Amino acid sequence: MSETTLSVFKTYKLYVGGKFPRSESGRVYEVSDSKGQWLANAPLGTRKDTRDAVLAARAAVKGWAGTTAYNRGQVLYRIAEMLQGRREQFAAEVALAEGIGSKKAAALVDAAIDRWVWYAGWTDKVAQIAGSSNPVAGPFFNLSTPEPSGVIGVVAPQSGTGFSFLGLVSVIAPAIAAGNTVVVAAAADAPLPALSLGEVLATSDLPGGVVNLISGKTADIAPTLASHQDVNGLDLAGAIAAEGPGAAVELEVLAADTLKRVIRPAADQASLDWTNAPGTERLLSFLETKTVWHPMGI
Amino acid sequence: MAKNKQTEAPTPKAGLFSYAPAPESPAAAGEIATSYGHFIGGEFVDSSGSEALKTVNPATEQVLAEFAQGTDEDVERAVAAARKAFTDWSALPGSERAKYLFRIARIIQERSRELAVLESIDNGKPIRETRDVDLPLVAAHFFYYAGWADKLDFAGYGANPRPLGVAGQVIPWNFPLLMLAWKIAPALATGNTVVLKPAETTPLTALRFAEICRQAGLPKGVVNIVTGDGRTGAALTSHPDVNKVAFTGSTPVGRAIAKQLAGSRKKLSLELGGKAANIVFDDAPIDQAVEGIVNGIFFNQGHVCCAGSRLLVQESIQDELLDALKRRMGTLRVGDPLDKNTDIGAINSAAQLARITELSAAGEAEGAERWAPECELPGAGYWFRPTLFTGVSQAHRIAREEIFGPVLSVLTFRTPTEAVEKANNTPYGLSAGIWTEKGSRILWMANQLKAGVVWANTFNKFDPTSPFGGYKESGYGREGGRHGLEAYLDV
Repeated sequence: MSETTLSVFKTYKLYVGGKFPRSESGRVYEVSDSKGQWLANAPLGTRKDTRDAVLAARAAVKGWAGTTAYNRGQVLYRIAEMLQGRREQFAAEVALAEGIGSKKAAALVDAAIDRWVWYAGWTDKVAQIAGSSNPVAGPFFNLSTPEPSGVIGVVAPQSGTGFSFLGLVSVIAPAIAAGNTVVVAAAADAPLPALSLGEVLATSDLPGGVVNLISGKTADIAPTLASHQDVNGLDLAGAIAAEGPGAAVELEVLAADTLKRVIRPAADQASLDWTNAPGTERLLSFLETKTVWHPMGI
Repeated sequence: MAKNKQTEAPTPKAGLFSYAPAPESPAAAGEIATSYGHFIGGEFVDSSGSEALKTVNPATEQVLAEFAQGTDEDVERAVAAARKAFTDWSALPGSERAKYLFRIARIIQERSRELAVLESIDNGKPIRETRDVDLPLVAAHFFYYAGWADKLDFAGYGANPRPLGVAGQVIPWNFPLLMLAWKIAPALATGNTVVLKPAETTPLTALRFAEICRQAGLPKGVVNIVTGDGRTGAALTSHPDVNKVAFTGSTPVGRAIAKQLAGSRKKLSLELGGKAANIVFDDAPIDQAVEGIVNGIFFNQGHVCCAGSRLLVQESIQDELLDALKRRMGTLRVGDPLDKNTDIGAINSAAQLARITELSAAGEAEGAERWAPECELPGAGYWFRPTLFTGVSQAHRIAREEIFGPVLSVLTFRTPTEAVEKANNTPYGLSAGIWTEKGSRILWMANQLKAGVVWANTFNKFDPTSPFGGYKESGYGREGGRHGLEAYLDV
């Protein structure tokens, strides 16, 4: 870095419908590093921003779910390719967000890149492990195949090793690999890696609206997602509040109104290690199984 | 049939279907060396022997390059290189193996035009097919199996399934690069290392693939390519330090390999010949069926093991269907494989042309009626008109033997049961086609047919996620899909 020229600050923005709007509130909030040093102003996303994002996510469902699994895989792999080129930038943001050294942060970003690759490979294999041909007792062809649930609300991880970026990727990637679209409530105190991810997604052939990223108060955004009539599933990975509008139990109650599929948060989020290899829970949670019967006969 | 007196490129009939020439540039194939050695241990090396073979452009009969006839010693070196590489490759985390395969898939996509043109030149198949079918499938196959490399625990073969070791793979000339992909991608994904022998008439794209392995930074010895004819293939499949043999080709050679491997511990998968029935019922959409029949037998000059070479048509619609089929065959354009409007390219070799010619003559001699549309054929090169035989009985050689050329034998049936009996009346069982608007009949027929792939109201469709392989003497084991992993795992 040259010391003689002034660096240019980035204006962090939301990522909604493939565009980068400021919050409709016109407001921002201060984001600091782990030592309390000011880093940037993040947009203070509102309930209205969240509803707008759900609209964008809904509009994207048909195209994204209708894309061949092979193409979805290539798009996810493209995200990994784009991220590789911005590795240093994300490592710096993760180091500040999580208060860790640059080497450790870089390793977490590498793991996030690998996670995109892992899920890129899943898109055309989900049906092969979650579907089946069923030997019903009669002259019928009977085949079960998984389909995406639709729009998924995601409360991004807010604690645990690697939460700010690897954790974020670990909750977004499985949902979209399966063909869903998502609206993400970014980690309230560490939203910068999430907002920067939008810049990667926007250049990765990912259709606008498949991933929407909102920063702001979890207590505003999460209940809006949980109660929204047009959201089909809810991943509460980062619901850390013990009580009140952002608490997992409150969100689950709201979600029950429309019988959303819910992934509950881990019992002890702070000790979560997002570097652990993911299983298939998140991949399989937001799928609907469709079984087709057809008679066999001359 | 092979050569007529015209020396110019075929000119289509003037009128509705006349097209201006639309040639792909041969230069897009990149530089073809005058001679090639093998690819062993990550290096291009000379053969220990001095015998060289020539590969020709079957559309011109011009020699494209010389390449080495692999000796026993060459095979020994290649297997040793693969064995050496196996230790590290199989110990690599699946996620790292995956990333190598993803790299290969991406580089193939980047270089697909070059590879498509090279494939057309070496094989004789139309550029429209290499560009739109072969190359997209090749890249997709690597992409698909890349994703399996770190997910083997989820594939249904128990926890932590193990690779077999060194795979010896021998592939045919009809889809040189696609067959390479079908062999190498699952083998590498599961942690095996390979020695692959391409066919002696089409070695060039496999050697180009070796360059791609280098660009991808693939560890040395994981992929080795040894060229040569059947002698090299036999040396490879019989090598004592090979753990797995995969062969695609003729049923007689497959049978010989199975005998050769008897009593060994080698795992074997075979994808062999076929004599598929393409069955058209009276309620089938005729135009759609005609397209499917044409695609079924004339795709890739009929050099397709799963080709729909026996048309079984319900008696009541025979005349209507054959009239439509002949009209359609009259519009097929035979000629320069590099012309983007060409439907049927060159027959791959003089030997194959001789076989097609001989079997077709037998068809006539045995009493079937031969028909082919009028079309001019180029002077040089190996060509065969799209041909159909009517009045074929099940006893005729052209109904029993695999012709592996653009020759369709037409038989008839009256009831679905008769169609099933005739379709299954073959030692082969690779594929079948069903044309009817009635869903329950499709599924009943599919249930009755002894064939590994059944296409309904379509034909010759391929996808990396879809298992492919035959019943009976069409071989065993499956390639593609989750099932394709099993052939390369110790399960």
